[in-house]
Amino acid sequence: MTIEVKNLVKKFGSFAALDGVDLKVNDGELLALLGPSGSGKTTLLRIIAGLDWPDSGEVAFNGEDALAQGARERHVGFVFQHYALFRHMSVFENVAFGLRVQPRAVRKDDATIRARVKELLDLVQLDWLADRYPSQLSGGQRQRIALARALAIEPRILLLDEPFGALDAKVRKELRKWLRSLHHEIHVTSIFVTHDQEEALEVANRVVVMDKGRIEQIGSPDDVYETPATAFVHGFIGESIELPIQVEGGVIRLGDRPLRLVADELAPGASKLFVRRHDMLVGPPGSGAFEGAVQHVRNFGPVQRAEVALSGGETIEIDAPRDRELRAGDTISLEPRRYRIFAGT
Amino acid sequence: MSAIAARRRTLPGFGLTMGLTLTWLSVIILIPLAGLFLKSLELSPEQFWNILSSRRTLNALRVSFGLAFAAACVNLVMGSIIVWALVRYRFPGRRLFDAIVDVPFALPTAVAGVALTSLFAEKGWLGAPLAALGIKVAFTPLGIFVAMIFIGIPFVVRTVQPVLQDLDPEIEEAAGSLGASRWQTIIRVILPSLAPALLTGLALAFARAVGEYGSVIFIAGNLPNVSEIAPLLIVIRLSEFRYADATAIAVVMLIVSFVVIFAVNRLQRWAQNRVPVH
Repeated sequence: MTIEVKNLVKKFGSFAALDGVDLKVNDGELLALLGPSGSGKTTLLRIIAGLDWPDSGEVAFNGEDALAQGARERHVGFVFQHYALFRHMSVFENVAFGLRVQPRAVRKDDATIRARVKELLDLVQLDWLADRYPSQLSGGQRQRIALARALAIEPRILLLDEPFGALDAKVRKELRKWLRSLHHEIHVTSIFVTHDQEEALEVANRVVVMDKGRIEQIGSPDDVYETPATAFVHGFIGESIELPIQVEGGVIRLGDRPLRLVADELAPGASKLFVRRHDMLVGPPGSGAFEGAVQHVRNFGPVQRAEVALSGGETIEIDAPRDRELRAGDTISLEPRRYRIFAGT
Repeated sequence: MSAIAARRRTLPGFGLTMGLTLTWLSVIILIPLAGLFLKSLELSPEQFWNILSSRRTLNALRVSFGLAFAAACVNLVMGSIIVWALVRYRFPGRRLFDAIVDVPFALPTAVAGVALTSLFAEKGWLGAPLAALGIKVAFTPLGIFVAMIFIGIPFVVRTVQPVLQDLDPEIEEAAGSLGASRWQTIIRVILPSLAPALLTGLALAFARAVGEYGSVIFIAGNLPNVSEIAPLLIVIRLSEFRYADATAIAVVMLIVSFVVIFAVNRLQRWAQNRVPVH
């Protein structure tokens, strides 16, 4: 099933949750919608599911208008951040719900429903919990049951709204891997919303980065990390150093200090320079583009994180390997291995 | 309780509050009720039986309990609908309607009785058109029924309201996206989640209606065997100085009420146990 979204606009009062969004999702893809809270990612997901309606724009499944149908007709599996399991039903009945409410004409007989539920509980590896109630399960188990429940109706599309957002870090990591392998197994077109970049980059085939109701970049996890399309994406994904610079006559200045960096093909004016923290190479004074004094050092496993006051006025944090110990008070030079410059402030 | 266990208790004041609770419940509730039972013991079992099996007593009990139960059921249905509208929709005047629900709580019952009577009397605003249809409300059992509905409605609304407010709208969305119709969502998801609160509301509305006196006696007409409620019969017996008779009826009312409330309580437990908490 492909999904095509065209020029979607949704306003809540004067706040534009979606401000002209275009998106194509390929068949069998596992797509991540990544963005800070308020970026419109959940709104987009809910509109695709039929739980919200846009002010204008189009949504099509396999070229067929989806907005003409309600949530009930769309055959979309939806997984909520807080599970939304039915508290008064056992795990088994929760999973069976979608099969039991089918119109009489297409409803399966009880034995078929039982077999199907069993199969789904096996798929999420929780068949031994069938008789429990949701309140007796851990968060991770609940979310897997919610997923089994959504899969029971054999959805054409699977939508997950911050599926691991309410879980602790360890369980989250396990479930990420598990979701990836599950998707590999069942291959249903899936979209999941997250504000956790690590999750998006690790799980998804493609990542859609959103901000303020607009799509900033669509690309593979490598694309959005290695070649961010906009200043927002660079700042949001990975740990970046962000420096305000001036481009004038082929020279880049930080404050009043010219930097030894190539400024060809850059539009003159105020710009922003982005460098990943670990892409700043430390050298002896005078050897790199930036000069600075180490203020403070903390060790994080294989790296040392140093706060450096640049001689242009800014203070930055870098991650350096621990082969050369830095100490507060050291004067060092920094050379960006890779960097990107975006016009504007 | 051992000294260690006592020291380990994190919430202080157990002894004091527990003592006060028991004393207070005894003075306010248990001792008066015990007095009631003792008074009825002045009667021999045979006398007791004669009082209860008299036609007038049986009819009064039937009117009180039967109509109270019917009124509680009506309140359950209408109260649920009112709660739904108040909680789920935003409309002009919502707060006003929400406040109006409490009026039967606060209004002196005699005032309510007089108001309902004049409204439903044969020349009243509602009584006249109903009389034209051949329906007589005031001074009939139907009038008692109306008064009992009036005083019971806030009990259902106020018990169910907070529970519905806490019910996550996401579970309705989940049901919808799984293919459930609106009706299936209500029957299979919403009502079962509200069941314990609905049963509590039913029990409270019933208990209130059984005990209601003030508003009912104005509209009832108080015809023995037809529209005479048990509490009124107790008052009549008291005014005739037949105290033992009065207490005998009171004891029966007490026992029946207790059994009904206990049964509803069990039912409510059962509904709640399907949502076990660990």
